[in-house]
Amino acid sequence: MSQSTSAASVHNSDQALKRLKARKSAESRFRFFGIGAIFAAVLMLGWLLNSIVGTGYTAFYQHYMTIDVELTESIVDPDGVRDPDELRKANFRKIMQEAIYARFPEVTDRKEKIALFKVISASGATDQARQMVYQNPSLVGETLTLSVPTSDDVDQLLKGYIDRNAPEARRKVTDQQIAWVDALKATGEIKSKFNWTFFTATDSRDPELAGIAGAVVGSLMALFVAFVVSVPVGVGAAVYLEEFAPQNRFTDFVEININNLAAVPSIVFGLLGLAVFLNFFGMPRSAPLVGGLVLALMTLPTIIIATRSALRAVSPSIVDGALSLGASHTQAVFHHKVPLAAPGILTGSIIGIAQALGETAPLLMIGMVAFVTEIPSTLTEPASALPVQIFLWSDSAERAWAERTSAAIIVLLTVLITMNAVAIFLRNKLERRW
Amino acid sequence: MMSLNTQSDEEPMARFKPVGEVINMSEKREETIAVQPKFQCRDVRVFYGDNEALHGIDIEVAKTGVTALIGPSGCGKSTFLRVFNRMNDTIPTARVTGEVLMDGENIYAKHVDPVLLRARVGMVFQKPNPFPKSIYDNVAYGPRIHGLATTNDELDAIVEKSLKRAGLWNEVKDRLKDPGTGLSGGQQQRLVIARAIAVNPEVILMDEPASALDPIATAKLEELIDELKEKYCIVIVTHSMAQAARVSQKTAFFHLGYLVEYDETQAIFTNPKDQRTQDYITGRTG
Repeated sequence: MSQSTSAASVHNSDQALKRLKARKSAESRFRFFGIGAIFAAVLMLGWLLNSIVGTGYTAFYQHYMTIDVELTESIVDPDGVRDPDELRKANFRKIMQEAIYARFPEVTDRKEKIALFKVISASGATDQARQMVYQNPSLVGETLTLSVPTSDDVDQLLKGYIDRNAPEARRKVTDQQIAWVDALKATGEIKSKFNWTFFTATDSRDPELAGIAGAVVGSLMALFVAFVVSVPVGVGAAVYLEEFAPQNRFTDFVEININNLAAVPSIVFGLLGLAVFLNFFGMPRSAPLVGGLVLALMTLPTIIIATRSALRAVSPSIVDGALSLGASHTQAVFHHKVPLAAPGILTGSIIGIAQALGETAPLLMIGMVAFVTEIPSTLTEPASALPVQIFLWSDSAERAWAERTSAAIIVLLTVLITMNAVAIFLRNKLERRW
Repeated sequence: MMSLNTQSDEEPMARFKPVGEVINMSEKREETIAVQPKFQCRDVRVFYGDNEALHGIDIEVAKTGVTALIGPSGCGKSTFLRVFNRMNDTIPTARVTGEVLMDGENIYAKHVDPVLLRARVGMVFQKPNPFPKSIYDNVAYGPRIHGLATTNDELDAIVEKSLKRAGLWNEVKDRLKDPGTGLSGGQQQRLVIARAIAVNPEVILMDEPASALDPIATAKLEELIDELKEKYCIVIVTHSMAQAARVSQKTAFFHLGYLVEYDETQAIFTNPKDQRTQDYITGRTG
């Protein structure tokens, strides 16, 4: 009896209540810190996305000017031969100049004329006219209505990035240019359109003509190489190390090195690629093939580690079941363990490859940082990559590059999020419970 | 046509009884030739690293019927069960010495491939472990890897026969493509038995097969064991003495890695010769 009363008082006394209170406040402190941490993380992520999307979304539309262009025969084809190759060399700049001067006949001063021509994108407009005539020489002599990109300064002005109230000398557009642009905007001759150029063009010196197509193709090619090389090698190495390798000092050594490799800075892999693939094997510089190989090396440890932990997570009872039926160890591994680990292997591989997509440093080392204006069509042609393109653009001074940098980041993030979503989807879809 | 009834259809107890007599009455040695036991173990020791878990077990297991291994936790009965199909080989630190003769041939001899041995000695585990595949594929897996069926019809026949023998056919015949993991615990355990039977083994080892099952599923399982014992040599590890008494003909009591007593089940439970056995079955130890 006395024991039961003393036992009750242990948990009823003031001290007991105090202990309980201390425990509860420790728990609520922990909860508070947890919520705080999540809140901070969400806030920072929101800030990041907001600043990127806020700067970048304007790059997805661009202002174009509708203009009547007379393809004067005396300028385009003075000989009247209509030879496409000759036509291509013609002075289309003059054609475009005449076209815009014709729109504002009141402008006669030479300096003013130069300023007026700067409203449209000089190379964008001339290239457009040149391409049309080259493809269809019969157009010579006719008057076409073209929609040509405005210059990046005009575009930025209309997007509200240039302060109209700033003193003229500190503005990239003159008062006169503003007046012309406003007039054209009022008549509907300058209109904003979806910026297809950004997705179909390659890098350019002119922001209004620059696009990410070359970089995206380069990135996809490098990723393809990285995937084809690293997944079979990585999964194979992991299965062997986990299931078949003898336990000895050598395999321990290999294991430690794989774990260390996962932590090696990516630029070191770039140096390795430079030394091995370029200098020793003499592979071409700036090629997606080499980029992919370097990224594959970088992804290998991630894939090996992910595969091994996926294999380890498979219930040993399944393997025992297979062995007890007379399956050999190899059969048990390949019939049961690997298929059951497949979702984990897949997730690890996709996340590893997604990481590789975002890598810049190793690609700089092997020369994928070049200014490339052609979309690569083979694995050995010079190419750029999306993160490298972002890096290059972020370095440029004009305001128009800033929004394009952000837009390219949006594209990169979209691809990354899509890849991760696919990984999660596949894992949930393929995962079987037992 | 697959034949699962490789053994003769004569009265099983007739084959079984003399073995027990032989073991009890060693002077009738000549009869062992007529009814050779399935397993003869001589001085079997199992080591985990430097730790000896089983200290020299000598035992003979009959060709048909149920032999129960009982004893307190950690006594080595599961370890001993895994001696019969060399599952201890899968544990890197485990080592077995001594002789285990199966039909007179040492299964630990150098030339014996454990893969083939395990096709002859099936095993059912404590926790039902069907593969995360369809019911059909679960049963068909063994025949497939051993190439027991050349056509799909033959494979279908093996699957059907095995499921029937395991008493599961009527419950699953309309959903053979459903996942085996979707069955109830008791059904899963019978599926695993069907999977083992499909390989056409001679021996079925069961490691506490009913410990995860409710009483009704346990009753069904015991009923199944009762039917199977006529064709197969069954060795079962169990914690339930009532179960051992119900299903087995012979019982071996293990304690701290020693085989304390091995006799007819009835004798063990009614008239144990060793004090330790008596203490265990009356609930004083264990």
